[in-house]
Amino acid sequence: MSKGIVIKNGLSINIKGVADKELKKVPLPNKLALILDDFHLIMPKLLVKEGDTVKRGQPIFYSKSNENIKFVSPSHGKIEKIVRGERRKILEITISTDKNDSAIKHKIPALEKIKRENIIDILLESGCWPFIKQRPFDIIADPLQNPKSIFISCFDSAPLSVDFEFILKDQIESFKYGLKILEKITPGNLNIGVNRNQEFLNKELDDFNKNIFSGPHPSGNVGVQIHHIDPINIGESVWIIRPEDVCIIGNLFLEGEFIPTRTLAVSGPPINNPKYFRTVIGAKLQSILNLIDFKNGIQCRIINGDVLTGKTVEPDSYVGFYNNNISVLKEGNNYKLFGWIPFINNSVPSIYRSSFGWLNSSEPKEYDTNLNGEERAFVVTGEMEKVFPMDIYPMQLVKECMIGDIEKMERLGIYEVAPEDFALIDYASSSKIEAQTIVRNGLDYLIKETL
Amino acid sequence: MNLRGIVDKMKAPFDKGQKLEKLYPAFNAFETFLFVPNHTSKTGAHIRDGIDLKRVMITVIIALLPALFYGIYNTGYQYLYQTGEEFTVLDAVIHGSYKILPMIAVSYIVGLGIEFAFAVFRGHQVNEGYLVTGLLIPMIMPVDIPLWMVAISVAFAVLIGKEAFGGTGMNILNPALTARAFAFFAYPTYMSGNQVWVSEASNVDGVSGETILGMLAAGGSTDQFSMMDMFIGSIPGSIAETSTLMVLIGAFILIYTGVGSWRIMVGSVIGAALTGMLFNLWGANELMSFDWYNHIIVGGFAFGVVFMATDPVSAAQTLKGKWIYGVLVGVFCILIRVFNPAYPEGVMLAILLMNVFAPTIDHYVIDASIKRREKRLNSKLKMA
Repeated sequence: MSKGIVIKNGLSINIKGVADKELKKVPLPNKLALILDDFHLIMPKLLVKEGDTVKRGQPIFYSKSNENIKFVSPSHGKIEKIVRGERRKILEITISTDKNDSAIKHKIPALEKIKRENIIDILLESGCWPFIKQRPFDIIADPLQNPKSIFISCFDSAPLSVDFEFILKDQIESFKYGLKILEKITPGNLNIGVNRNQEFLNKELDDFNKNIFSGPHPSGNVGVQIHHIDPINIGESVWIIRPEDVCIIGNLFLEGEFIPTRTLAVSGPPINNPKYFRTVIGAKLQSILNLIDFKNGIQCRIINGDVLTGKTVEPDSYVGFYNNNISVLKEGNNYKLFGWIPFINNSVPSIYRSSFGWLNSSEPKEYDTNLNGEERAFVVTGEMEKVFPMDIYPMQLVKECMIGDIEKMERLGIYEVAPEDFALIDYASSSKIEAQTIVRNGLDYLIKETL
Repeated sequence: MNLRGIVDKMKAPFDKGQKLEKLYPAFNAFETFLFVPNHTSKTGAHIRDGIDLKRVMITVIIALLPALFYGIYNTGYQYLYQTGEEFTVLDAVIHGSYKILPMIAVSYIVGLGIEFAFAVFRGHQVNEGYLVTGLLIPMIMPVDIPLWMVAISVAFAVLIGKEAFGGTGMNILNPALTARAFAFFAYPTYMSGNQVWVSEASNVDGVSGETILGMLAAGGSTDQFSMMDMFIGSIPGSIAETSTLMVLIGAFILIYTGVGSWRIMVGSVIGAALTGMLFNLWGANELMSFDWYNHIIVGGFAFGVVFMATDPVSAAQTLKGKWIYGVLVGVFCILIRVFNPAYPEGVMLAILLMNVFAPTIDHYVIDASIKRREKRLNSKLKMA
């Protein structure tokens, strides 16, 4: 096996509470929801009202900017509530499920005959389109666009993250079928990124155009993989899909139905025996949290997604549309007496060897959510580059995003990055810079000004 | 009541809408000195590294301590040795402390006073940068400089060198070197010559206060100092820069913890060594034929490149830029030493000069990356 591409700059963070490879099926929860915050920049136009009965796969709303992009119900049930926030902005749409499981059926032509336009139409109609995101900008892809290639990263290198090899093992046929469908809609390559250690996937995916990666986080970030294989130039775009969503697309073309299976690694230091749970997209979090054995007396933060990029949610919220992780951390809202002195608080690890914590750095640690300091001006240089494996100057790019100088952002490579690529910079910054937020705002500003 | 409870009680009048709200930044500085705050991540990554600016700065201070302690001892040693009296290590330390501790106190009181005032005035947190600057300034001054000159130099460095540009992180020049350069040009009789580098040299006859580089510039011989003296640091000079050994311990701490840039340090040594070798071959005068390795261990070179050139705010910020910047600091340091007999010590001016050019170096380094991106696009367009 070739060595593939070795990512050097980065950081693998070792946190206690990695999920055991044990899969537990969660019965269909009595309530689920679509959270609009998951669909960045999508302006919804509702197709249903409260009290309507919907089938699985029936459109609930579409995007105002492109009415072909539909968002469908993950289950049969009744629209219970359309939760609105300020200025009547829709926040979430909750659905109460019932025993009935009838679904919208789609007509699927045979694989040999099917054309690109057919596939895109079926994806749009079935509600699978939102699984396809685009770079640049990290938003739901435009179906009219001709991307130069499609990228799928089959491993997640973030701390406590999901092991895709484990959750794809029993879905490998639908995964491969999904890949075959996707091969037909890209004019260029379908690039699959696998880790060197994923023996099963390496073997199974031999027929596909796969690239082997190794190295610390963010080697599993699809943006890093694109940068090393086929970097995005100004005016180009690339489509990306998460692995389990490829299975959903595969199942759609195998069964003709929208089957929104979601396998989640529920992990984190405050959990006894963390493991995997299989449920549906939008499932009520409580239906999973009830099955978890929490350690006593810990104030927890529940995160939809991984600990670097996820969103904080209340326990009465719902599983996100894109995440394969529920992470749980201890809230670090405690004071530390003289905690800034080096060699005090050695339990808090650091990329600097400024505490004795590095002595046992290979051991998993109990991280909490404390900022370990206060926000300050940019002072220390070089720390961002240590965790950013692209030929891009991250600090300069972050600064230009703050200033909003479009020409400089473009020249510094803004089209190649997504907020998640800056997650480790959030982590590593000694000035506690919110780089992900800054880059997201920079990208949004770019969309507003240029599209 | 525990300490936290007392602090919470004291905090009340500084909260929003209360009497002392305006002074909150000052109280915040005190509070965060005692406790790392209970702030948790709100947006972005949920877990954060254990490092913060306070810890970065305190690491630099720890790295400075060996040089400071040796400087205190050496101040006493140089004076007592030349007076010819019998003395112990303790006598030397007492004399040195008597001279140096007031300077450190003045530097911190004046500098932190201005920093606090600006933080309150601007309504932002007190940045920790001055903790290091405030210790560096007395460490690079001649020992006999009057305290009021220290105070004025500090005020100049913080006001004009730093706050005028927007405060910590925005300054172009290293604030500590700005203070020294100010004193150097404003009060030259206290900052150069052969009377200032040993304690009381201008008051006591028979005590000579000349540095090795000064002797060389005057065309004199420096045979009384061995290479070992220069390395250990038992030679006249600014307070804490004489001991290359102690500076190396500091450099080790900075590099090992990852706080200081080894690229700049190594680059400077390479630059100075190569330039020194070149001049050794030429050998037209005493300074030119002064062995290149002695150039590196004598004077403020080692201290300058380890603690001043590596200041992340005023140095080059890109990794490649740091190499270029470091090498040029080394080259210019030796050039100034050799070609400008009025300034036998070149490292201060070399670093300040490169501080000014650091953004230019970064500009060209980043431009190379931008060019690579453009080239990639152009080759793609050609193919299509």
